[in-house]
Amino acid sequence: MKLEANNLKVQLQRRQVLNGVDLSAAPGELTAVLGANGAGKTTLLRVLAGLIPAAAGEVRLDGRALGTWARNDLARSLAYLPQQRTVNWALSARNVVALGRLPHQAMGQRETTTDRAAIERAIAAMDIAPLAGRPVLAMSGGEQARVLLARALAQEPHVLVADEPAAGLDPAHQLALFHHFAAFAASGRTVLLALHDLSLAARFCHKIVLLNAGRALAAGPPATVLTRPHLATAYGIRAEYRTIDGVPAVLALDVLP
Amino acid sequence: MSSPAATNVAGRLVAGLAGLVLFAFVLSLALGPAGFGFGPAGEAGSLIFWEIRLPRALLGMLVGATLGLSGSALQGYLRNPLAEPSLIGISGGAALGAVLTIHLGIAQTLALALPIGGLLGAAIAMLGVVALAGIRGGPITLILAGLAVSATATALISLALNLSQNPFASIEMVYWMMGSLADRSLTQVWLSGPLMLVGMGLLLLVGRALDALTLGEDAAVSLGIDARRTRLAIVAGTALSVGAATAVTGIIGFVGLLVPHALRPLIGHRPGLLLPASLFGGAILVLSADIALRLIQPWADVRIGVLTALFGAPFFIWLVLKTRSELAP
Repeated sequence: MKLEANNLKVQLQRRQVLNGVDLSAAPGELTAVLGANGAGKTTLLRVLAGLIPAAAGEVRLDGRALGTWARNDLARSLAYLPQQRTVNWALSARNVVALGRLPHQAMGQRETTTDRAAIERAIAAMDIAPLAGRPVLAMSGGEQARVLLARALAQEPHVLVADEPAAGLDPAHQLALFHHFAAFAASGRTVLLALHDLSLAARFCHKIVLLNAGRALAAGPPATVLTRPHLATAYGIRAEYRTIDGVPAVLALDVLP
Repeated sequence: MSSPAATNVAGRLVAGLAGLVLFAFVLSLALGPAGFGFGPAGEAGSLIFWEIRLPRALLGMLVGATLGLSGSALQGYLRNPLAEPSLIGISGGAALGAVLTIHLGIAQTLALALPIGGLLGAAIAMLGVVALAGIRGGPITLILAGLAVSATATALISLALNLSQNPFASIEMVYWMMGSLADRSLTQVWLSGPLMLVGMGLLLLVGRALDALTLGEDAAVSLGIDARRTRLAIVAGTALSVGAATAVTGIIGFVGLLVPHALRPLIGHRPGLLLPASLFGGAILVLSADIALRLIQPWADVRIGVLTALFGAPFFIWLVLKTRSELAP
């Protein structure tokens, strides 16, 4: 399913956070939203996930305005992974992953064989079977990130929207996580990520939307978006887009005066 | 929701608790100063059963279920293990309404004025909480609004006690607030029971939402949960059930805090499944506390609210120590 936004404007507490943003995330692709702190990445993702309304403009999922989707239909089609890794009670990893099945279950309904299969697949995909019985609260950040992503996978959505999923992870876990995202997109799903790591975005994402002060400064393939002038405007840094051993990377060299 | 084996264990636990409620209820009907059994045949026995034991057992079961369920619903919604039914100001409002009927002398002339005053107080407290906290908004606004309404009710109760000219009325107010199941009529059960049942029904509806809220508000909404409807069900369900319970029996503390805590680990920490478990657990706790009061002779004059507080406070201390050891480096 395609996720599109048209001329989005959002005001939060009288501050214009988004001021006319266009975005299009297509199936089979990894799309990244980049931008400095406060540029509006989280707000954009929350509007796209239907969590807050836009003051103007429109979000369309699969060609239909987001507002016309029934709550449960939307939850079955689009999974949202918040930036904070919140798990409030001492639930086991399996019980957390099972929460992803809520949109597929009627009230008071028990787990069906379909639910169970989806949960097992998500657990296997994120390689967390050995953790399944352990309380998530007692896990490391990397383990929690995998469990929470498995929850979103168990939802079996067509579109995955994740807010800084790689934050706080070591390089090995970051790479593993992005290989999962790439595989998920390759299976025909739409993946939209808000990111801070420019190199991960350059390497894995098909398309980048670079936000600056509530507007899209540039959008397109990494090599055309992550240019010196764009990075200078968006982040106030002198940065270099290089290819090392065939892998694209962005190196921040200096803060501009 | 959970692994099949774990779901079965939890399901059996809930069924077991329901069985225990039935047992405690029958025991409560059969026990009393008039002896064991369902009373001797004849007028006196039937009077004891219908006028004393049945209302007491029914109220114990309903009020306990209300307190346990609303405690676990509030803890789940606020995602705070220290939440309990009195936190959102409804029981304070009910207590104020009841105390005012004593203060104004209405309760002395009209027996039903006391519970009706309590219900009115609870209704006004709920309107106050909703007006202050709003229909939208996070858990924090609900806690703050509840505290504000509670504080107002407490202040006005103190004022009523302070200004009371009649020492007997003062004593009656203080005793009433301690909470008791004794000397309630079937009429009071008919008055409060349906409201408690409707309130509990509303609270049982939010199980899915509470499960989803485990992952935070945004994730819950993205899982298809209606945040506004959940909030309304929590506030209205608590107001109806706890308001009606407090209006008839006074304040029975700690049940709503203690029961969810004791059952949470047994149920796999899932807030949705904890709801029915706490409903039955609360009923068991209040019924057994009431039976204990009747069995242990020197305690006959101890109010059930005092007994639950006496046992609840050490539990609270244990909770603090446990939390401290968990947070220790």
